[in-house]
Amino acid sequence: MRRPSPTLSFLASIALTCAGVAGLFAEPPRFIGAREANAQTPVHQRIVAAGGVITEIIYALGMQDQIVGVDTTSLFPANAMKDKPNVGYVRALSAEGVLSLKPSLVIAIDGAGPPDALKLVTDAGVNVAHVPDEFTADGVVDRVRRVAAIVGAGPRGETLAASTAEGFRALDVAKARIATPKRVLFILSLQNGKVMAAGRNTSADAIMKLAGATNVFNAFDGYKPVTDEAITAAAPDFILAMDRAGQTFSADQIFALPSFATTPAAKTKSFAAMDGLYLLGFGPRTPDAARDLMQAIYGAAVAGRS
Amino acid sequence: MTTAVGQMADVDADDVFAARQKRIWRLTIALCAILIVAAIVSLGSGALAIAPRRVIEVISGALSGDAAIASSRDALVILNIRLPRLLLGALVGAGLAVAGTLMQGLFRNPLADPGLVGVSAGAALAAGVTIVFGDRYLAPVIGAPPFALLPVGAFVGALIATMTLYAIATREGRTSIATMLLAGIAIGALAASCMGLLAYVSDDRQLRDLTFWTLGSLGGATWAKVAGVAPIVIGALCATPFLARGLNALLLGEAEAFHLGIAVQTVKRATIIVTALAVGASVAATGIVSFVGIVTPHALRLVIGPDHRALLPLSAILGAALIIVADSLARTIVAPAELPIGILTAIIGAPFFLWMLLRRDRAIDG
Repeated sequence: MRRPSPTLSFLASIALTCAGVAGLFAEPPRFIGAREANAQTPVHQRIVAAGGVITEIIYALGMQDQIVGVDTTSLFPANAMKDKPNVGYVRALSAEGVLSLKPSLVIAIDGAGPPDALKLVTDAGVNVAHVPDEFTADGVVDRVRRVAAIVGAGPRGETLAASTAEGFRALDVAKARIATPKRVLFILSLQNGKVMAAGRNTSADAIMKLAGATNVFNAFDGYKPVTDEAITAAAPDFILAMDRAGQTFSADQIFALPSFATTPAAKTKSFAAMDGLYLLGFGPRTPDAARDLMQAIYGAAVAGRS
Repeated sequence: MTTAVGQMADVDADDVFAARQKRIWRLTIALCAILIVAAIVSLGSGALAIAPRRVIEVISGALSGDAAIASSRDALVILNIRLPRLLLGALVGAGLAVAGTLMQGLFRNPLADPGLVGVSAGAALAAGVTIVFGDRYLAPVIGAPPFALLPVGAFVGALIATMTLYAIATREGRTSIATMLLAGIAIGALAASCMGLLAYVSDDRQLRDLTFWTLGSLGGATWAKVAGVAPIVIGALCATPFLARGLNALLLGEAEAFHLGIAVQTVKRATIIVTALAVGASVAATGIVSFVGIVTPHALRLVIGPDHRALLPLSAILGAALIIVADSLARTIVAPAELPIGILTAIIGAPFFLWMLLRRDRAIDG
């Protein structure tokens, strides 16, 4: 299981990932975590997880006792935020706040920061491991492997990565059953009837692809407000939204809006609201999330569930 | 006018003057004491608990070059995180408060502050541009890391906004303060709508960065930032004694100031430049921290009157103390997380401002 070459290539990839970051810093960060990941028996670490998906993976590896702090995006599992001190929003971390938890390792998702704060943490002798954010099946499996290696999860990491990869393979099999992909509109927010929709290069766009659907708004990048006519013109077959406390809206409310009333989705009342982190987190639960979405769009038969 | 009456008036004026001088001195000593206490409390408090004795140990150890102490984690937190943050806070607070005082003096308008005439908005817009386009377009050209671009961008933005403002308001060598105020509002509105445009084209990450930047934070204060801000703010502070007399005369009106022998144009120009420098450097280092510039001079004027010779140095001290206190709160209330400082200064500043207005009106009416 633990051949030297994957370990070496892992070390090299971590080094390469961090080299870009290191180039920005006066002195390169030290990689204590990488060294410990290489050790035969996992050393007990004090980990600060910066990014909901990082927390999720560490919990899935059963190594949550090593976490000493999480950020505000760590919404899964639900007890993570209750059990662990909260270091704030992943993009607005405080160097002293992180250090006050006396971590030996900070695992930071892409975009965690600000960079100055992470540099101060590095200067304090704490290893900061960076994990890239990539919205593909391979990216998720790779990310699980990386986090597992960083925390020294040993065989458990490979097991989790393998089961995640297996989930994606099963998803591909199910996807092959889809004759014509349906066109989906993802609503990020609905304020005063104004729709903020997902465009290209978003996690919402990526999960639609994984579920075998097409994003109706693949003409623009990111999350953008769209006009009522654009929604009518886009004629989505299915409406997808995030299920957030206090912000949920029902299918009836959506399809009562003039912009949605004439869409194919309205005729079939095709609407689903799913938990944000589950749907867009891109962690070990993503194959399940994509499968749930596929089932919501195409039905249980296509999704391979009965 | 008889001799006796003249003498009496002189004595009264002297008494009033002496009493005011005495009050100014007392206030100076009190504010310095507050600043020092705030600084000590700030150094000793934070998410990481460090005993007061240890703080003294670390600082004396660092000063005497004790390698064992200087390399400890406590030393790192105190010397590389809290101390630069404290100094940056003091510089930014002093810079913003002095800029507010200068602007209010220049416009003879108690509402004037760098936020009003578009200087902050210009800085914010330039910062926004570097957030949204920095890593993709600017960094490869300039070859600088994106987060080093941001403060430079904000600073340049403040200067450009001020220069535009000045160019619009100056006709045939005369600067119209009224035109400048109106132009400032227009520039502010333009910058704000361009910020909206940036928010529109930015992705998820950039949008969040923009939002957090406009809320202000002293987080990630480094010695490099202190070194960048210090010369500009200290330079601006050093320039203020030369402006005080001119601003006092301007309180009477431009024509009156001119007849008193004040080089009105020079004073106006210098005030604008000093303000742009102080605001540009402060906003560049911390984002937008509102209300310090407007509250500080008001609070001081209530106690010591409108004399800029006292107002300017004291507002620097009070501004520094305010930011240090606000930042101490910002990083301890929700520790180990951190509140943006702009939220705190507005939450504390706005009600205080209202209270001051009510008090002042009552004093005038009564």
